[in-house]
Amino acid sequence: MSGTLSPPARRTPPGVFVALVLTLAIGWLVVTIDGGRLFSLPTTVSLLHVATGLGIVAVGQTLVVIGGSLDLSVAYVVSLSTLVAAEAMAGGDAALLPAIGLTLAVSAAIGLVNGLLVTAARINPFIATVGVGLLLKGYLDNGYDGPAGKTAPALVQGLGYQRVGPVPLAFLLLLAVAAAAWFVLARTRFGHHLIAVGGDPEVARLSGVRGSRVLVTAHVLCALCAGLAGVYLASRLGAGAPRVGTEGLYDLESIAAVVLGGTALAGGRGGVVGTVGGVLLLASIDAVFNQLDVDVFFKQVIRGVIIIAAVAVYAHRAMRKAS
Amino acid sequence: MSGLLPSPLLALRGIGKSFLGVRVLDGVDLQVAPGEVHAVVGENGAGKSTLMKVVSGVHQPDEGTIEFAGAARTFRSPREAQQAGIGIVHQELALLPERTVAENVWLGREPLRRGLVDRGAMLSHTAGLLASIGEGSLPPDTRVGRLGVAQQQVVEIVKALALDARLLIMDEPTAALADHEVDQLYALVRRLQEHGMGVLYVSHRLKEVFDLSSRITVLKDGRAVATLDTADTSADRLVRHMVGRELSSYYPDRAKPRELGPVRLTVRGAGNRKLRGIDLRLRAGEVLGVGGLQGSGRSALARALFGAAPFSTGQVAVDGAPVRLRSPRAAMRAGIAYVSEDRKGEGIVAEQSVLDNALLAVRAVSAVRPVRAARAVRAARAVSAVRPGRVGHGARTARVRELLAAVELRAAREDQEIRFLSGGNQQKVVLARWLALAPRILLFDEPTRGIDVGARSAIHDLVRRLARDGAAVLMVSSELPELLGMSDRIIVMRDGRIAGELPADATEEDVVALAVGTAREAAG
Repeated sequence: MSGTLSPPARRTPPGVFVALVLTLAIGWLVVTIDGGRLFSLPTTVSLLHVATGLGIVAVGQTLVVIGGSLDLSVAYVVSLSTLVAAEAMAGGDAALLPAIGLTLAVSAAIGLVNGLLVTAARINPFIATVGVGLLLKGYLDNGYDGPAGKTAPALVQGLGYQRVGPVPLAFLLLLAVAAAAWFVLARTRFGHHLIAVGGDPEVARLSGVRGSRVLVTAHVLCALCAGLAGVYLASRLGAGAPRVGTEGLYDLESIAAVVLGGTALAGGRGGVVGTVGGVLLLASIDAVFNQLDVDVFFKQVIRGVIIIAAVAVYAHRAMRKAS
Repeated sequence: MSGLLPSPLLALRGIGKSFLGVRVLDGVDLQVAPGEVHAVVGENGAGKSTLMKVVSGVHQPDEGTIEFAGAARTFRSPREAQQAGIGIVHQELALLPERTVAENVWLGREPLRRGLVDRGAMLSHTAGLLASIGEGSLPPDTRVGRLGVAQQQVVEIVKALALDARLLIMDEPTAALADHEVDQLYALVRRLQEHGMGVLYVSHRLKEVFDLSSRITVLKDGRAVATLDTADTSADRLVRHMVGRELSSYYPDRAKPRELGPVRLTVRGAGNRKLRGIDLRLRAGEVLGVGGLQGSGRSALARALFGAAPFSTGQVAVDGAPVRLRSPRAAMRAGIAYVSEDRKGEGIVAEQSVLDNALLAVRAVSAVRPVRAARAVRAARAVSAVRPGRVGHGARTARVRELLAAVELRAAREDQEIRFLSGGNQQKVVLARWLALAPRILLFDEPTRGIDVGARSAIHDLVRRLARDGAAVLMVSSELPELLGMSDRIIVMRDGRIAGELPADATEEDVVALAVGTAREAAG
């Protein structure tokens, strides 16, 4: 029914997709000149796998950031989730679903704590989620020296390695999660209220929105996404890995992807479509550098430059719009 | 035509409200009939906003009753007032610029179909409401941030209509509108009136009040001093009701002509986003008062001269030499000091000590203080009786201590956090901070806001002493007695311009008339 009115409100897709296409084009050119192949089957598959892990976390991160909050505990939630899943499965297929359920429940509980700290205790989200993250880090460092548990073989074969052509099954999971998040933002009251709370908590309050409840829900959803990413990583690694989250920089990279996707860090503006673009951009840069055998540290420098440049472009645009 | 109104939509009886012992509203009676536009006017601080906040549930009255639609009501929150049918169009619009018109209108009450937000219904309901007030050309799926201020007001009004509001409060609705947009707003208000909606219309601008309202209530010092039928009232009579109080407090003597020195500050044709065509001259030894309504540009003028929101056009000269006041630092180097109206936000660092606060400015620029300040240093010496020149840390502290004594600061200890001091003592610390730089030009914005009566005259005496010692003083004040009592000359701002200049013996009526624009300005 809503199709009867033309939608001038639809915004042009975030510039991140332009950047993505440019990166792939230039990357392809450079890699080809270098004598390699960017779009070979193994590189494509690996690119999409990199995007999957980061993407699931980043979609969840998008929700809290749109609500004007932040979750810096996701990296530890990811690590913890791989362990919970792998240990509960204990190498057998019998406990597959209960183990996944347990993992998600643990993550949701952490998200609930994050949300309550931010809303009920009114602790700055940065501090609250770093604090919860450090708590989890303490537990992980104390209890684990290395991989533990063993992922169910069915999960490894399915989620971990199954492909449809060059597209891993897990990447389809990411697309499904992103689609669900998009739907929640666009078509549910919760979504509308979340965007309003992020845009201006006072306006939302004056309109009768219960901001705390909305923000707690967003934190739970974000942690659930991190938990799901943990399950996926357990399927790739075949075991629980106590450092996988932090080594993958899932906390900072997920926020980087969100910001690259055009979501305002202050909240109230943005969406998951842009975030998926941001994730693909980061994964593509990764793939190009891997093909070129670029030094790891230099790689980090380049990624930093790209993120800063992107945010500068957004800030500049926002300023021009304001004046 | 009043008196015949059958049952009022809103009836306030004996509304009283105090904040921290200060009586802001005192026995206010006010009635609004259905379909009536009832204007509320009064000076700054007369209690207009507080009264509106009481009606809309933001504040609860200490005494008195609110009757709405025939029943006594108490609104514990804005939400309760909204649900009862009282909508408010805030002066600062309460909308989300990133969301569409429809999303803003239905925020918090999105229509659902099978548990999901029904976008179709949202859009069509919004379009219907827009059409009902003659704004059908506004597409409901436009992002609010793309709309002009006037259209955003329409969205706020539609939001109120969506709540089935029967009383609409409009707080300074034209403050941000261009002239043609004001006409649109008029038409809209009249249509709402035809629908039987009551409107409480708060405005500084008397023209609008006369154009739109059927009755006018005048607030002064928290009391409703008169409710007048608009048709039987003249602008002059209204202004007399708004002002007219005795000058009760004491003010120091004004400058004698021989005490006036050379021209310290010259501004020619200056302007920025908030100011246009500013021309003024400020002489050593004089206090130039700046009057005007809130938003008229009086504070913007002080901020521009201090480089906080600089002029983008025009010329400024200090002691005959052209200067560019691009930043507060540049202004300080030119010998200009500024005491902000927002003492908590811009004046003091609340958690730091009295001494640290007083040393703030010297620490920031003492290394760059130009030699030309020598003359003003002599002026400051008269106040502080300290030697100018290069000062090390210890000497600097000692000098500030002497300045603190000179401003008669009665703080218990100088290492006390400044937030524990009274407003008057805080202001003295701020003053001492600037005196440490020996400024030649002092800008005061509401120097006695939030300061009790006793400390006020101490501040007034200090301001006058500084002028007598050779500083040029520009003082913004929204309090007419203070403006008239302190100034040697007064300029009145309106809409970002200097509306006119008045001599020291001007009356409150003269100032208000220039500020609201009932007087045709003389050669401005």
